[in-house]
Amino acid sequence: MHDFGIPEMFFLLQGLKWTVLLTAISFVGGGIIGLAIALARVSRVAIIRRAAATYIALFQGTPLLMQLFVIYYGLALMQFSIDAWLAVSIAYTAHASAFLGDIWRGTIQSLPAGQTEASNALAIGYVSRMRDVILPQALKISLPATIGFAVQLTKGTSLAAIVGFVELARAGQIVSNLLLQPLLVYGIVGVIYFFVCWPMSIFGSAMEKKMSLGR
Amino acid sequence: MPTKSKLPTSEGKVLIELKNVDKWYGGFHALKDINLSVRKGEKIVLCGPSGSGKSTLIRCINHLEKIRGGTVTVDGRVMGETAKSVEGVRRDIGMVFQSFNLFPHLRIIDNCSLALRRVKKMPRDEAEKAARKYLDRVHILEQAEKYPAQLSGGQQQRVAIARALCMEPKAMLFDEPTSALDPEMVKEVLDTMIELARDGMTMICVTHEMGFARQVADRVLFMADGEILEEATPQEFFSNPKHERAQAFLGDILGHQ
Repeated sequence: MHDFGIPEMFFLLQGLKWTVLLTAISFVGGGIIGLAIALARVSRVAIIRRAAATYIALFQGTPLLMQLFVIYYGLALMQFSIDAWLAVSIAYTAHASAFLGDIWRGTIQSLPAGQTEASNALAIGYVSRMRDVILPQALKISLPATIGFAVQLTKGTSLAAIVGFVELARAGQIVSNLLLQPLLVYGIVGVIYFFVCWPMSIFGSAMEKKMSLGR
Repeated sequence: MPTKSKLPTSEGKVLIELKNVDKWYGGFHALKDINLSVRKGEKIVLCGPSGSGKSTLIRCINHLEKIRGGTVTVDGRVMGETAKSVEGVRRDIGMVFQSFNLFPHLRIIDNCSLALRRVKKMPRDEAEKAARKYLDRVHILEQAEKYPAQLSGGQQQRVAIARALCMEPKAMLFDEPTSALDPEMVKEVLDTMIELARDGMTMICVTHEMGFARQVADRVLFMADGEILEEATPQEFFSNPKHERAQAFLGDILGHQ
C-alpha cells in the first residue's frame, strides 16, 4: 500500500478529462435539441406544443439515473450493442435538452408581446423574427440560468459512473479502493469538482449583475 | 345609360376597406359590424372611451387581430385567406404602437433596416442608406448608432415612425402613439405626424390629442362599445357632437385641456 501521489493525481485528472468532455457533449447536444424543444414549446400548432411539453415532462419528471439505466441496458436488451460513451452521451443530451428547452421556453415567453407584434407589423417572417428579434433577447436573459444548469450538468455527470463510465467520480472510487483512504481521495475529487464549477458560477453571477445594470 | 365617369375626381381610390367586421374576445363582442372605407391620402382620427374597440379596429387592419366575420381589404387585396395576403398587407401598412416596441438589443439603424434586409432582401448598405433617409426625415439621424434605451421616449417613438416608414407603406396606423409619453415629449411626436400628414400619407390614428385631430384629420370617428357611433369632420365633431356618448366623452377630455 502506498500514499496518494503523482500517478494517482494523474489518474484523477484523466477522469476529469472525461467529465469535461461528457459535459461539453451533452451541453452542446442538449443546447441544439433544447433550442428545437423551446421553439416547439412556443409553436402556434397545438400538437407540436404538446409533444414538446410531454418530452420536457418525461425527462424532468424521471430520475437521471433511471434514464441512464433505460438507455444503457434497454438498448443493449434490444440487441443494440452500444458502448458506454454513446449511451451516456444520448442520456445526458436528452436530459440537458429537456432542461435547457424549458429554461429557454420561459425566457422566450417572458419577452413583451410587443416584440412579436412589431415584427409582425413589419411583415418580418418566423425565421427572421426568431433569429433576429426573439432569440437574441431570450438567450441573453437566460444566460445566468443556462450557466447554472451547466454547473448542475457538470456535477451530474458523476452518475455516469454507475454504468461503468470512468469519469472523475469513478476514477476517485478506483483510487480510493486502491489506497483505502476514502476521505483523502474523495476530498481531492470534491476539490477538483469545486474548481471546475466555481468559476462557472462566478461567471454566471457576473453576467447576472452586468445584465441587471444594462436593463 | 348613365356612365360613372362623372363621379367627382377629388375622391381618391379606396385604400382600406372594412366591411361588416365582427371581432370577439371569447364572449366579449369587441367590434360590432364595423364598416369603414379610407381613401388614399385620407387622415382619420379614431377616438372614444377606453375599451371601445379603437385599437382593436386598427389592429384588425394589419391582422394583428383575427376577425370572426366580415372582410378587410387593403389596396384591393382581401386579407386573411392566405399567409401571403397577410404578408402583403403588412408590407403595405406601417404601424406605430403606444409602447414603441423597438427592438432593445439592436441599434437604431438596425431597428430601421432589419425589415428591409429580411423582408425586402435589400443588401445591408442599401438598407442602411434607406434607414438613414427616414431617420433624417424624423430629425433623429444623429442617434443612429445608439440603442433604444439611450433615447428619450419621444425620440424612441420617432424612431418607431421611421422604422415603419422604411418599408415605404401606403398607409400608417397609429395606436395611441403619444399616450405613453411624458407631456413635454408629446409635441415632437405630433409634429412628426403632422409633417407626415402634410406629405400626403394615408393615416389612421387612435389618439386623444384633439388638437392634432383638429389640425390634421379629414374625418373623426367616435367609437364606443365596439361600434362607430359618429363620423364627422373635426369642425362638426368638436363644435356639435350629435351622439350623447360623444358629447359626454368630449366633455370629459376637453374639461381638462
